[in-house]
This record gives sequence, C-alpha cells and structure tokens, in this order.
Amino acid sequence: MSATFVMLAVLTVVSAVAVMLLRNLVHCALALAVTFAGLAGIYLQLNAQFVGFAQLLVYVGAVAILIVFAILLTRGREPPLQSVFSGSAIVGFGIAIVVFAVLATMTLSSRALGMEKPGEANASVAQIGEQLMTRYILPLEVAGLLLTVALIGAVIIAMRDKEPE
Amino acid sequence: MTIGLNHYLVVSIMLFCVGLFGVIVRRNLLVIYMGLELMLNAANLALVAFSRFNDNLDGQVFVFFIITVAAAEVAVGLALIVALYRKRQTVHAEDLTTLRL
Repeated sequence: MSATFVMLAVLTVVSAVAVMLLRNLVHCALALAVTFAGLAGIYLQLNAQFVGFAQLLVYVGAVAILIVFAILLTRGREPPLQSVFSGSAIVGFGIAIVVFAVLATMTLSSRALGMEKPGEANASVAQIGEQLMTRYILPLEVAGLLLTVALIGAVIIAMRDKEPE
Repeated sequence: MTIGLNHYLVVSIMLFCVGLFGVIVRRNLLVIYMGLELMLNAANLALVAFSRFNDNLDGQVFVFFIITVAAAEVAVGLALIVALYRKRQTVHAEDLTTLRL
C-alpha cells in the first residue's frame, strides 16, 4: 500500500516538474499525460474507481490529445531561441515556495486531519451513479448544458474568419 | 509507516505549487495552460483524499463535476489560443501587450 503510493506520488510530482521545466512543447505535453496517468493511479489506489477511470478517459484520453493538437496548430515559424522562462523566474520561484510553505503549514496543523473516520470507504460506481441520478440530478443536467455550450463555443471561436469582401 | 490523509494533501499541495510556478514563469501560453490544468488536478486529488478518509461520497461527485467543467474549459481555452495564434502569429505571453498602457 505504502510503496504503491510512494511510487505513484514520485512519478506524478517529477513529471509535473518536467512539464514546467522542459523546453520542447511536445515533451511537455507527454510529461503532462504521465502526470495525469499517475494521478489516475493515485485515485485507484485511494479506492475511487469511478474518478480514476474518468480521469484516465477525460485527461489522458482527451485533454492530452487536444493539447498536442493545439501545439501542432500553433507551431511558430522560428524556433524560440530565448529562454523558456520569462524575466520573473526568480520571483515566480519565490512565490511558489511561499505558497507551498503557507499551504503546507496551515494544512498539516489543522485539526481536521485528526478527525478521519477509520472505516473503509467503499465508494462503488453504483453508489456514485445513484447519487448523481437522485441528489445531484440538477447539477448533472447543468453540466450537460455547459458541455454543449462549450462545444459550440469552441467551434465558433476556432472557426476561420471569413475574409471581408 | 502508514499512508494517511496528510501525505495525499502534501502531494496535492506540491502539484498545486508546481502548476503555480509554471503559470507565473513560463512564456508559452500552452504551457501556462498546462500549469492551470495541474492546479485543477491538485484540487481534485485533495477532494478525493478527503472523500476517502472521511467515508463520504460527496467529494467524488464534486470531482466528477470539476472534471466536466475542466473539459469544457479545455475546449474553449485551446480554441481561444488557436484563434489568437491565427490573428497574431504568436503564442508567447510577452508578445500580447495590446492592453498595456
């Protein structure tokens, strides 16, 4: 149990760091896919089958591919010779470290950590489906509407403009 | 050593900060975008961990809705980046200074 978690966590964090440090965009996208897959593994290890497989389908299957397509469509003509980081890299690093320190101290010192219920959570797919179909039926419909709107909106935004005559 | 809620939360915070770092320092809009996705995923991980350790289904349902909204955001965001590239021939954040005074 603990070895699986450590391996998955290290894989996820290392590939996330790689996404932010690599120079080649395609390598970034591939590292991002590895991060998503590692997260899906952590979800499965947390006994959350539904979320784990949804993560695999949506992120590894769709989002990573979409990002690769966007990279293909926005390939610049000249390879960027300057650094991949903007001038504020030091400041950004400092901000990230400070945010990490604050979040970690606050979270680890909070009293909510000691109140876990020891029972084995058994969130089966059937239970989640039942919840979605009864208690969360309205948000589910709204989510469907949102997806439709986003689909149409994305097509309209990315459609090539007609040249004015 | 048993793995508890705090370990998952630390991994989640690390992912969030790596994403934040990328959003602040990278030049390319697509990589900034990947950083945003990382931050969303970090929040999801925290929710799933809380759901598991508190024996409560609501966290996982919430993650389902977050994944849905993130998918919509991916579609619109990437369409915006592609449209921008078509108009300005660049995806570098520093070249997009039209709003600067």
